[in-house]
Amino acid sequence: MQEEFPMIRIMDQNGKITDTSYLEQIDKALVQQFYRQLICMRAFDQKAINLQRQGRIGTYPGFEGQEGAQVGSALALDEDDWMLPTYRDHAASITFGKSYTILSSWNGRVEGNLPPEGKNILPPSVPIATQLPLAAGIAMANKYKNSSQAVIAYFGDGATSEGDFHEGLNFASVFQAPVVFFNQNNQYAISTPISRQMNSETIVQKSVAYEIPGIRIDGNDIFAAYFETKKALERARNGEGPSLIEAVTWRYGAHTTADDPTKYRNQKEENEKHRQNDPITRLELFMKAYGFWDEAVVEQLKEEVKEEIDGAVKDLETMPPADVNDIYDYMFEKPTWTIEQQKEEYIKHLRGVK
Amino acid sequence: MITITKTKQLTLIQAITDGMRTMLHEREEVVVLGEDVGKNGGVFRATDGLQEEFGEKRVFDTPLSEAGIIGSSIGMAINGLLPVAEIQFSGFIYPAYEQIMTHATRMRYRTKGVFTVPLVIRAPYGAGVRAPEIHSDSMEALFTHMPGIKVVCPSSPYDAKGLLISAIEDPDPVLFLEPLKLYRAVRGEVPEEKYEIEIGKGKYLREGDDVTVIAWGAMVPVAMKAAEQAAEKGITCEVIDLRTLYPIDRAIIAESVQKTGRCVVVHEAPATGGLGNDIISIVNDTSFLYMKSPIERVTGADVHVPFWALEEHNIPTPARVMDAINQVINF
Repeated sequence: MQEEFPMIRIMDQNGKITDTSYLEQIDKALVQQFYRQLICMRAFDQKAINLQRQGRIGTYPGFEGQEGAQVGSALALDEDDWMLPTYRDHAASITFGKSYTILSSWNGRVEGNLPPEGKNILPPSVPIATQLPLAAGIAMANKYKNSSQAVIAYFGDGATSEGDFHEGLNFASVFQAPVVFFNQNNQYAISTPISRQMNSETIVQKSVAYEIPGIRIDGNDIFAAYFETKKALERARNGEGPSLIEAVTWRYGAHTTADDPTKYRNQKEENEKHRQNDPITRLELFMKAYGFWDEAVVEQLKEEVKEEIDGAVKDLETMPPADVNDIYDYMFEKPTWTIEQQKEEYIKHLRGVK
Repeated sequence: MITITKTKQLTLIQAITDGMRTMLHEREEVVVLGEDVGKNGGVFRATDGLQEEFGEKRVFDTPLSEAGIIGSSIGMAINGLLPVAEIQFSGFIYPAYEQIMTHATRMRYRTKGVFTVPLVIRAPYGAGVRAPEIHSDSMEALFTHMPGIKVVCPSSPYDAKGLLISAIEDPDPVLFLEPLKLYRAVRGEVPEEKYEIEIGKGKYLREGDDVTVIAWGAMVPVAMKAAEQAAEKGITCEVIDLRTLYPIDRAIIAESVQKTGRCVVVHEAPATGGLGNDIISIVNDTSFLYMKSPIERVTGADVHVPFWALEEHNIPTPARVMDAINQVINF
């Protein structure tokens, strides 16, 4: 099956473009956008882990290593497309939404689930694979309305073992819904390696059963993530139905800050091996080889990124306190009498607490 | 207020079809989907003729997948449609339970109303039709215990159409439980126009002074029959059809039990964790000092719906309700 679904690479591990037909589509602005966003998301991820270590946010799921897949695919979207991320896809949602509100969700704030103004980003899906039938449904509604909006849904390798993965793909296939199922195969579902997750060689081969186009890409090659997602989105917009992308990547860190990966893999050795394939290092090599590297610009970008993230942390830490009314006021458009009564009693209790 | 110009005699299931037809005409966003709902018109014919009338874009068959039906309906609802999804039997809703619990009921909550799920899930429920196992479950409490979804259960054609229209117009998810034993067992006058019945309001079916009997769905005729038998013995029962199981109409319960001082609750679902317990709580909260006797419950046992050779033994009967009425009268 690996032969039937060869890994698509546009840039190799040394930063060399393997398919030169792409070179005319790669300009300075695009490269700079890629690079800035990649280093920004890595800095964000490191900052978030530090914040957790300092007790300034709660448990946090890092994505270091997966920036190429997330940033590349998110930049391929049109402004009014729909995105359904999981809890590990902050780089995708920050890139697409141009906002850091998501950070507050790791501080237990419902505000972190709210999409930036005008953006169709659903809150991160915590249960595994359940967002995939939703993505099919959102895309079915787009088709119903003759909308040109496409949908992208993210999920990990573990999600492919859930029934909802199959149900989502099957519905999208039967109804030819304009949706791209973007899998990030980071090779571990917490501690369970992909070899224990499934007995098939690849994730992408599952597309065959649904008669939808499927491709396997090097998820650490931002060019592959960007251009291949763009093609899949175009297909969706042109009424050619759904597709499945398997982006093979690697999570350097733990599943969450509450997890210890040294218990289930040789962390140091494995990470060293994967560092040779790092999405940022590869883009840097490309930039140097193709004349896009400018030390002064890079320094300036790093400075900008630092400021941007410091600003996001400041926004997080200067948020007004959480509003207790939020517990009750959004269950239904109009609260039921039970909720009204429960709220009233609790507020009365709070007023009595001196 | 609507002016009713014309009514027609319909069975409960015809009234449900009429409710969907009315809303398919009324709002372009309404779509009807589920297994076999299209060409076949549903296994119970609830969607009979709708695909022919409105086309495959509006009324369509789905793959056999409850999680897929509900998951995709949630997506459609988030993106501006008003899906009416049929689960063929409520006993098959369990694969979709996760979708309802993790997305349908909490999308508004977790986005402070930015994304909402105006979804209706229709599901026939209940025993007494000699269906194979699983088909006859009555597990409404799984959903009344689930925050974020309204649960509706009509027992008459008039209520069925009005409540279904309200459910489709409701901006939040509604589980619409259809008592399949009553699908063709009851007929009634149903207005041809669009009309709504407020979700959350019960209805008096019979007035009385001695006992309040509370029921819903397929248990309503059972409660009514028992009330007739009681009347023959000089006991007058006030029969309430709850119609909405979440949120329950607290006012009607309080009003009636404060008048009668006695109460019997009838449901076919298992007793433990059943809705009867919530009704007892409401009486306790609102009317404790009015009560002349403890409240009696007539329910299914804490067992699965038995295979149909024994099914009737687990469904409340008028005789069992009568026993309970005697119990609260003679306390």
